[in-house]
Amino acid sequence: MSIGLLTAVTFLPALGALALTAVPRRLVEAHRAAGLGVTLLTLAVSLPLWFRFDGDSADMQFEELHRWLPSLGAGYHVGIDGISLLLVLLTTFLTPLALASAWHAIEDRTKEFVITMLLLETGMLGVFVSLDLFLFFVFWEAMLIPMYLVIGVWGGGNRIYAAVKFVLYTMVGSALMLVAILALYYQHGAATGIYTFDLTTLVRWVMPPGAGQSLMFLAFALAFAIKVPLFPFHTWLPDAHVEAPTAGSVILAGVLLKMGTYGFLRFCLPLFPDASVAFAPLVFALAVIGIVYGAFVSTVQPDLKKLVAYSSVSHLGFVMLGLFTLNQQGVVGGVIQMINHGLSTGALFLMVGMIYERRHTRLIADFGGLWKVVPAFSGMFLVVTLSSVGLPGLNGFVGEFLVLVGAFQVSGVLAAVATTGIIFAAVYLLWMYQRVAFGEIAHEENRRLSDLTPREWAVLVPVLVFIVWIGVYPSVFTGKTEATIAALLAQVESKAAVALVR
Amino acid sequence: MSPVVPPPAVALGVLLPVLVVLAAAAVVLVLDVLPPRDSKAHLGGVALAGIIGALLAIVMRWGTDARAFRDMVLLDTYALYFDLVICYAAALIVMFSMDYLGRTGSESGEYYSLLLFSTAGMMLMASAGDLIVVFLALELMSLSLYVLAGFFKQRLTSGEASMKYFLLGAFASSFLLYGIALIYGATGSTNLDRIAAAAATRNAEPMVLIGLAMMLVGFGFKISSVPFHMWAPDVYEGAPTSVTAFIATGSKAAAFAAMIRVLVVALRGAQPDWSALLWALAALTMTVGNVVALAQSNLKRLLAYSSIAHVGYMLMGLVAGGGPGPGAVLFYLLAYTFTTVGAFGAIALCARAGEEAVEVSDYAGLARRHPVLAAALALFFLSLIGIPPLAGFVAKFYLFGAAVRAGYIWLTVIAVLNSAVAAYYYLRVIVYMYMREPDGEPVAVAPSLAGGLALTLAVAGIVILGLMPAPFADLAQVAVAPLLR
Repeated sequence: MSIGLLTAVTFLPALGALALTAVPRRLVEAHRAAGLGVTLLTLAVSLPLWFRFDGDSADMQFEELHRWLPSLGAGYHVGIDGISLLLVLLTTFLTPLALASAWHAIEDRTKEFVITMLLLETGMLGVFVSLDLFLFFVFWEAMLIPMYLVIGVWGGGNRIYAAVKFVLYTMVGSALMLVAILALYYQHGAATGIYTFDLTTLVRWVMPPGAGQSLMFLAFALAFAIKVPLFPFHTWLPDAHVEAPTAGSVILAGVLLKMGTYGFLRFCLPLFPDASVAFAPLVFALAVIGIVYGAFVSTVQPDLKKLVAYSSVSHLGFVMLGLFTLNQQGVVGGVIQMINHGLSTGALFLMVGMIYERRHTRLIADFGGLWKVVPAFSGMFLVVTLSSVGLPGLNGFVGEFLVLVGAFQVSGVLAAVATTGIIFAAVYLLWMYQRVAFGEIAHEENRRLSDLTPREWAVLVPVLVFIVWIGVYPSVFTGKTEATIAALLAQVESKAAVALVR
Repeated sequence: MSPVVPPPAVALGVLLPVLVVLAAAAVVLVLDVLPPRDSKAHLGGVALAGIIGALLAIVMRWGTDARAFRDMVLLDTYALYFDLVICYAAALIVMFSMDYLGRTGSESGEYYSLLLFSTAGMMLMASAGDLIVVFLALELMSLSLYVLAGFFKQRLTSGEASMKYFLLGAFASSFLLYGIALIYGATGSTNLDRIAAAAATRNAEPMVLIGLAMMLVGFGFKISSVPFHMWAPDVYEGAPTSVTAFIATGSKAAAFAAMIRVLVVALRGAQPDWSALLWALAALTMTVGNVVALAQSNLKRLLAYSSIAHVGYMLMGLVAGGGPGPGAVLFYLLAYTFTTVGAFGAIALCARAGEEAVEVSDYAGLARRHPVLAAALALFFLSLIGIPPLAGFVAKFYLFGAAVRAGYIWLTVIAVLNSAVAAYYYLRVIVYMYMREPDGEPVAVAPSLAGGLALTLAVAGIVILGLMPAPFADLAQVAVAPLLR
């Protein structure tokens, strides 16, 4: 049994975690270095995925299929297409940054922290590469626990409440998804005689439209909507983000939320095309509400981290809007926006964490005039903020523009309302930036702040490179995913049409 | 002239696993009165050897389908499967007991021999092909367990547990016996196959249905399904922790073994009736168990209610019926036994200020002082929640799959929502272990060789079952095959 590239990428962090259990606890620096080393190695191993991936093909690539539970029809089936490729790389890219950012922030139980983060990375990668519903569900549930521990053990004052809320929300959603997975399995088996959890087989089947399909769609959609989070299922997010340590917030915002949007693309659309089309207006409306609501609530936040957390609700609303336009521009925009949000919001959380390490406060009112004290930090912060605002030339603009182009083809009114989200984003982000960086230095403590350290430069520069790169030359990235999305949309259309003819 | 009844042929081979256990029990009793009088640690070793011997006998008999004593005792793959589960639980519990009893200063020969006697009763229950044997085996198991529950003679709660268990248990046994009598009255036999043949023509008869209901009361008590679960929390709390572990796993497995065989073989004609009844019982049991568990602060009571909830899930498999349903229950029992024995065993290893650490708050900060034990306990709880890739998840997956397959979507929805609720109270324990600091004296752990080995075996069990469940699930399917003929 040969081990393929995807398996290697997915399980390398877990293997590292296993090895680290043998390293004595007192070697704190060794744990930190090893954690960073393993994640960097994972990144290095994942790079060939990008270079060897054929962007013109909509097929699954790097596929591996091994028998696992033959009597059940569940196998170890992994593979990536243009959508999961980007998310896998986003994960392998962000995890080392998160670990590096936690170098000094996590002093307590460092060994456990590094192990947990490594297990988390395996869980996340597993979700993105699984092509078998059983395997997917295993990873989907398994990665809950490391995240729960990251928030609950290394988080802030109200961490336990936030951690438990995060797990319970997600578990309720995924519980119903489990029933839907089983129902789909038996319905497919009864109709075709093939009992399998294999996604590539299941998507070839045209499910008859009706109540069954709608219920299954809703069960899957609930699980994913909570994860995204789509309004009104977002209330766990601010708690989790505020309490999580910086590294946790980066991963949470950067990768975990994308699992929800990814789930819609990978499972809901191709498996339940009729229901997806039928419920699209509802999702559309909720996404627009989320965009505007998230922006409004962000505006009034006194806490930097909470502001960024609510801005995620708004930004993820754009992603969902894009995906459920069900047209090429919208979906491509949504996918790019997933990556953008991972980079921009990840960077925002990193920088909020950096300033918190210096001042031990996150209240906007405690800052002011930072530009004079820490110019490098403030400059970086400006670029990241503008990328989140969606300034042309930076990454955020590309995604939001494509999403809105797609949305206007569906509903001009809703798209217009969504556009106001961009204006409000400028309001809350720039206003926040103004209060933090400009003005007089109101607090004496701020005069003694030190500027970015070499480690912090090393964490931020890679993100910045991609923020500019996607903003200036997005076709490198969209090129890998366009064929996949075109094929996906064609599939949804043809299946919905077939069902209509019946 | 009464008809001449030839005495049945003596076929000891069919009883071999049970006999090995009983022989070990007798040896323990004899050795108990021999020197050394001050140390009883070696008796645990003898008991363990007996159980391992029984396991070997089970493996040796695997694949043979034997029946003896006029079909009163069956040693088919179904019985052997349950023997494996029960012996596995017993072996781990003996290992935990060697550590636990040594520390509480109550190691004695009676303990191990009673444990072995109840093990023999459980194994016999799985082999019962006749309602009389079901009853006798049940009593052998129960009487031993009643005494074991009160084994800490100086402790009031232990005595209370024993008394309560005995009184209510005797009450439930009489229900079972009455049910057996009614079935016998209606069908003219106590043999399961002959009941099936006789009942095939007259299922709607009230006498059969009343008998069925009475027997369900008796079994319902032993598996602690709602509304016959009232005894469980008090007994679980008061009994020595090692005995609690056995009541929660071995006696449950044995009761399920007998119940499934009686329902699926003898009363297969009445399947629509008991299936509808069990639907309601399953939903009620899992909901009550989980909801009440939310409010528990004592870990043993919490696990008692959690075990009630798990019985609710397992009843789903019986509702689903067919081959996959009972097969999923068998697999679930295996996973549940691995997990629950491990959880109780880990608790038995912990002490605080000279007392057993049984409050959830006692476990505050355990992860900092004893990271390995805390990790093991956390894994058991995660498996009970049903987090992959651990045994509990796969077991639930098979069980829910069987229910969905049989069309019981709503029961499955109730079950998955229950699992989500259950996550809260299991996670609370993990919160204490990992996220809080103790006030006052922290928990002390004195790991011994036997206890550590048992813990390792249990953890290995839930991980292997979670990652590679296929062979075990196939085994469970093979095991139920004899019932479906």
